[in-house]
Amino acid sequence: MIERPDTAVSSVAQRNLEGYVGFANLPNQVYRKSVKRGFEFTLMVVGESGLGKSTLINSLFLTDLYSKDYPGPSQRIKKTVQVEQSKVLIKEGGVQLTLTIVDTPGFGDAVDNSNCWQPVINYIDSKFEDFLNAESRVNRRQMPDNRVHCCLYFIAPSGHGLKPLDIEFMKRLHDKVNVIPLIAKADTLTPEECQLFKKQIMKEIQEHKIKIYEFPDTEDDEDSKLIRKIKEKMPLAVVGSNVVIEVNGRKVRGRQYPWGVAEVENGEHCDFTVLRNMLIRTHMQDLKDVTNNVHYENYRSKKLAAVTCNGVDATKNKGQLTKSPLAQMEEERREHVMKMKKMETEMEQVFEMKVKEKKQKLKDSEAELERRHEQMKKNLEAQYKELEEKRHQFEEEKANWETQQRILEQQKLDASKTMEKNKKKGKIF
Amino acid sequence: ASQNKTKQNKTPKPVVPAKPSHVAPHSSRGSALLGYIGIDTIIEQMRKKTMKTGFDFNIMVVGQSGLGKSTLVNTLFKSQVSRRTTSWSRDEKIPKTVEIKSVSHVIEEGGVKMKLTVVDTPGFGDQINNENCWEPISKYINEQYEKFLKEEVNIARKKRIPDTRVHCCLYFISPTGHSLRQLDIEFMKHLSRVVNIIPVIAKSDTLTLDEKTEFKQRVRKELEACGIECYPQKEFDEDMEDKSDNDKIREAMPFAVVGSDKEYQVNGKRVLGRKTAWGVVEVENPNHCEFSLLRDFMIRSHLQDLKEVTHNIHYETYRAKRLNDNGGLHPITSSGQDTQESNL
Repeated sequence: MIERPDTAVSSVAQRNLEGYVGFANLPNQVYRKSVKRGFEFTLMVVGESGLGKSTLINSLFLTDLYSKDYPGPSQRIKKTVQVEQSKVLIKEGGVQLTLTIVDTPGFGDAVDNSNCWQPVINYIDSKFEDFLNAESRVNRRQMPDNRVHCCLYFIAPSGHGLKPLDIEFMKRLHDKVNVIPLIAKADTLTPEECQLFKKQIMKEIQEHKIKIYEFPDTEDDEDSKLIRKIKEKMPLAVVGSNVVIEVNGRKVRGRQYPWGVAEVENGEHCDFTVLRNMLIRTHMQDLKDVTNNVHYENYRSKKLAAVTCNGVDATKNKGQLTKSPLAQMEEERREHVMKMKKMETEMEQVFEMKVKEKKQKLKDSEAELERRHEQMKKNLEAQYKELEEKRHQFEEEKANWETQQRILEQQKLDASKTMEKNKKKGKIF
Repeated sequence: ASQNKTKQNKTPKPVVPAKPSHVAPHSSRGSALLGYIGIDTIIEQMRKKTMKTGFDFNIMVVGQSGLGKSTLVNTLFKSQVSRRTTSWSRDEKIPKTVEIKSVSHVIEEGGVKMKLTVVDTPGFGDQINNENCWEPISKYINEQYEKFLKEEVNIARKKRIPDTRVHCCLYFISPTGHSLRQLDIEFMKHLSRVVNIIPVIAKSDTLTLDEKTEFKQRVRKELEACGIECYPQKEFDEDMEDKSDNDKIREAMPFAVVGSDKEYQVNGKRVLGRKTAWGVVEVENPNHCEFSLLRDFMIRSHLQDLKEVTHNIHYETYRAKRLNDNGGLHPITSSGQDTQESNL
């Protein structure tokens, strides 16, 4: 049954077999392999304390995950929101399931509950990160899948609508994990109140554009009828109990009240069976697939885009998230090179400018110096001239004085001479 | 008739009759009367007066939205005194801050008129951040005390001061089955000294009998550990009779109630209840819930006491604090100051 090479790629010609080939056995092989490997499922329960989360988990999996010897987080008082996980290995019909329950005690219990969803978001992201790292390793033999596959969010049965805390939490988590809202302790509500409440909640969920887990459409008629029925009942109103009570001769799990027994597995009393069937019997694999294909991929692309687009303008990122990382890196490189070139030219320009400036400065200072030089010279000459004049004067004076002296001397001589003469003459007298 | 008596026991006991002059002076305990005087008709006179004037009763309901507060008030007073928020339209969304809404009705029974005021507090505890959401409530209660004080201190005050003080505060505890929430403890700590708080477990049809007893025990222990005194306070028990009555009530508190104003047929009778797929929860059946206990306690036996404790104790505490703080109130008249000094 070799395909002819020129057949259109989109339509595969269907051939009829003339004998038994045997690949109908393929599902069995897959089945046997998976059974040997075992399955993993991580379920997270979120809600205020006292809404019956632990009881519901015990009822769903018919085990005492939280028992008297190991009291669940609900029995302990917490000050801040914690995220705790417990693992349980369950076997049924040869199939092994590693069930991880993630509990969030302290959620919504404080007086101020701002950001009580942050520890939950951090936990989910850290699991995604672990898986991403495991996927990117060289040796990928062991890849444990600890990602949160489903988050059951418990709504308190007030009968009115969603609280602001519910809306905030679901808004922040609907694109990280499959959120399935549940109405807790549904035996508080009468059937009419329950209907009204469900309608109100669905209305508010649509108003705030919260994307809760949606059941996939199948082509099978029967399945689609079931799915439509389930969709009408969302959010599911559940009651949990592991206590067995006798009612009309049958043993059922339920809660005993003075006015009757609320049966857990009775479809008219609550939607527990719907939840169990949906969660475990029909849609467990789908939950895992949606987590893997949608939520994990979102996380992965965001993470990788952030890594490769470091430093690039945010507005440019929008169109680039769909390209593969390699093309991404090429573009990034090209851009980087262009940027470098631009920087180079810019720097050269700046350099030139600076050089010019410096030259100009130097010229200026040279001129300045010249000027000063000239001035100093002039000053000096002027001083010199002055001094010369003074000297001249001094010389003149000196000459004058000397002549005067000489005259004086002459006079003195003359005087003495005349005295002598007089003396001589005196003698005559 | 017995209920009437217990109600009247709480009114100030009539003074011991003056002894007729020819009988020797005796101890104040019981002197034999030689004939019928007619002093005991004072009870009848008081009753007539009360019927004519009627009385006020103010009750406040506090709790997160959706706990059935309005339904319970309607059930208690068997009439539509509280508009129930069953249909939540756009405008009736959870308010951003705690609001105080009060609605008054006059209901009449057996010739006695009662002006019932129900104060609702929508928005309490509904936000993400509920820090100090008890402050608007505390402010409102103190404002009512202030109003009354101002009237009292006035020169020309009315014959009958309109009493808007909150006589009783029903605090609704969410039936988690585990313990009290942080918010519950904070609220009650701040307000148990200011007003009479009666804690009530709301929507108790969620709890089975065992869960109920366990939860109640735990709540009581927690309240004791935090030093929160709910009504009836131990310190105000006047005598042994009071003490034993109140002890019984304190053992049963907090009351686990269910409210409903719809009637269903059960065993040929019409009863108030909630119809579920597995049975009908009867509101007035003491095996199902403690609504009838609460009603008897609040209305049939302790209504007057609630008013008195509010007036004699909570109001006086407020008044003393107020007068001490400012060095006296402002009404600058001699008569005003006289009343201050005489009562201090």
